[in-house]
Amino acid sequence: MEPFQTFEGLVCPIDRINVDTDQIIPKQFLKRVERHGFGQFLFYNWRFDSEGRENPDFILNQPKYANASILVARNNFGCGSSREHAPWALQDYGFKVIIAPSYADIFYNNCQKNGILTISLDADKVDRLISASQQKSLHLTISLERQTIIGNGIHDHFDIDPYRKEMLIKGMDDIAVTMGYEEEITAYEQKHAIKS
Amino acid sequence: MKPRTIADKLWENHVVHREEGKPDLLYIDLHLVHEVTSPQAFEGLRMNHRSVRRPDCTFATVDHDVPTTMNRETKDPVSKIQIRTLEKNCKDFGVELADIYSPMQGIVHVIGPQLGLTQPGKTVVCGDSHTSTHGAFGALAFGIGTSEVEHVLATQTIWQKRPKTMQIKVNGKLGFGVGAKDLILALIAKFGIAVGTGHIVEYTGEAIRNMSMEERMTVCNMSIEAGARAGLISPDQTTVDYLKGRRFVPKGEAFEKAAKAWLALATDEGAEYDRTIEIDADEIEPQVTWGTNPSMGASIGDVVPDPESFDSEEKRQAIERAETYMDLKPGTPIRDIPIDVVFIGSCTNSRFSDLKQAAQVVRGHHVHKGVRALIVPGSQQIKKQAEEEGVDKVFIDAGFEWRQPGCSMCLAMNDDVVPDGKRCASTSNRNFEGRQGAGSRTHLVSPAMAAAAAICGHFADVREIVKVH
Ligand code: SF4
Repeated sequence: MEPFQTFEGLVCPIDRINVDTDQIIPKQFLKRVERHGFGQFLFYNWRFDSEGRENPDFILNQPKYANASILVARNNFGCGSSREHAPWALQDYGFKVIIAPSYADIFYNNCQKNGILTISLDADKVDRLISASQQKSLHLTISLERQTIIGNGIHDHFDIDPYRKEMLIKGMDDIAVTMGYEEEITAYEQKHAIKS
Repeated sequence: MKPRTIADKLWENHVVHREEGKPDLLYIDLHLVHEVTSPQAFEGLRMNHRSVRRPDCTFATVDHDVPTTMNRETKDPVSKIQIRTLEKNCKDFGVELADIYSPMQGIVHVIGPQLGLTQPGKTVVCGDSHTSTHGAFGALAFGIGTSEVEHVLATQTIWQKRPKTMQIKVNGKLGFGVGAKDLILALIAKFGIAVGTGHIVEYTGEAIRNMSMEERMTVCNMSIEAGARAGLISPDQTTVDYLKGRRFVPKGEAFEKAAKAWLALATDEGAEYDRTIEIDADEIEPQVTWGTNPSMGASIGDVVPDPESFDSEEKRQAIERAETYMDLKPGTPIRDIPIDVVFIGSCTNSRFSDLKQAAQVVRGHHVHKGVRALIVPGSQQIKKQAEEEGVDKVFIDAGFEWRQPGCSMCLAMNDDVVPDGKRCASTSNRNFEGRQGAGSRTHLVSPAMAAAAAICGHFADVREIVKVH
């Protein structure tokens, strides 16, 4: 996993509550056995019509959001299916940071494992980011170290669990870290005589 | 000792490592694997020269992608690769696989309990959000992503921040014709799809105690639709009786010993939860969802709601959008909504008692003209039992398609797809836009209500149909 440092990018707002992972990546694209290449299918049923033509009304298809890398969304983002293909698609498309008032638990964990920073911010602050980015191009600089969101007159602080922060900043491989506890795992197995 | 909830006991029993400022490292007793969320995890192991730590605690099956036609031929080459990949991975890493020809094959959350792999006191994970189903046994069970699947394969553990606890108390008794599915749909309609976020939910109360294991599984299955990290029910004699004699459950004296330990896991009298909510079972009517998330539901006697009647702009917008997608006008009686397809299946409602209930409604009737109706049993074992008891015949005679086990139209990854613009009465768990096929419109219902809709061609109150004959 790549270490997460300071990040600067263009904001794209998705002004809907309860965006589920079936919308982020529909099931017909879950058959691939690789981790990459899912970006082309991101929000597929919203981005394209039934004949595969671009839907000009959908926000990601509007030229001014073409290179967006920070997604701002509403409550309970990423609910539903546990598919990690959702963060893979977001990341492959170019999103590195998501800002929303709240997330579904599994989606939140899945983002973390892929080095995507998911920021939880008060609903009124998210409101401001959404309207600012709807009016004109909004570029933000996000410092994970300082826990700040800065740009176009915006100066917000965000909270993050210190352990998550450390894992992201160092880009640590979870499995390698856990293997450091090998002795404790073995001891647990012996004590509990874990049998299948 | 201070009285503890079952969630507290399960958690404490599985902590391998605890350290201030970090999540806990938990041991995983059972890891269920399927074809869609595992290929990248096995690939990760290969790339890093890692092995599966406990193949003996890992069990795989194919369900999401598999065809449900009798000859089981996969036409889609990409699905074929995904299924082959799981076969190869299981072989290479020594994991037991119930493949498409195995008598143990079925939907992962149906076969785990059926085979007795799922037991009270275990931690159970699977790369699938409906892993919450297994909580019905008093197992701590939750869905994980593919990176976590890889982590569990490699280490048999997972890092987890301890969720809060929530009690959902279901008072009273469910009425005639009202089932576990109606209860969980009514609960989500009342409290919303995020009520459980960050919590392990335990269902308690008279109505839960009166339920069979299969009904309890239906309730716990949809915990994730209420946003919960996991759903739990304290084990009791019903749990013990269900497990006795199952394939992977201890036998003889070892069983008696295990059963005693299982019963001791139940929440202690006087234990405290972080939050408690209550619902009265007596008030629940058969449910039908009209929108694009599971909380957008109503009783059979209700009408499609008016967006203007909701209190926030956010909600009004969401409901307007949902009703546009579903092509429904506010004020339309639920029973006037016509349907094109009926799907009875999925990890929520494809067990033997579900099929039997539906068959009771169907017996002596015929599927309404122009309606396509499918029965997809949850596992080979259920299919076999239904065939032995002649339940399949009731459906076939009535004009239903009788299929092979799999996830099928619940998520339409195989050929079982609801066509664009068509409306489906489905016993599955999600009615998201496009869930059953691009442009498809899903209404979630119980098996009995799905059967009633199949006969009538529109939604109907099953209590009236069963009464009539
Ligand atoms: S039946 Fe549906 S919800 Fe259940 S595991 Fe299969 S796809 Fe998921």
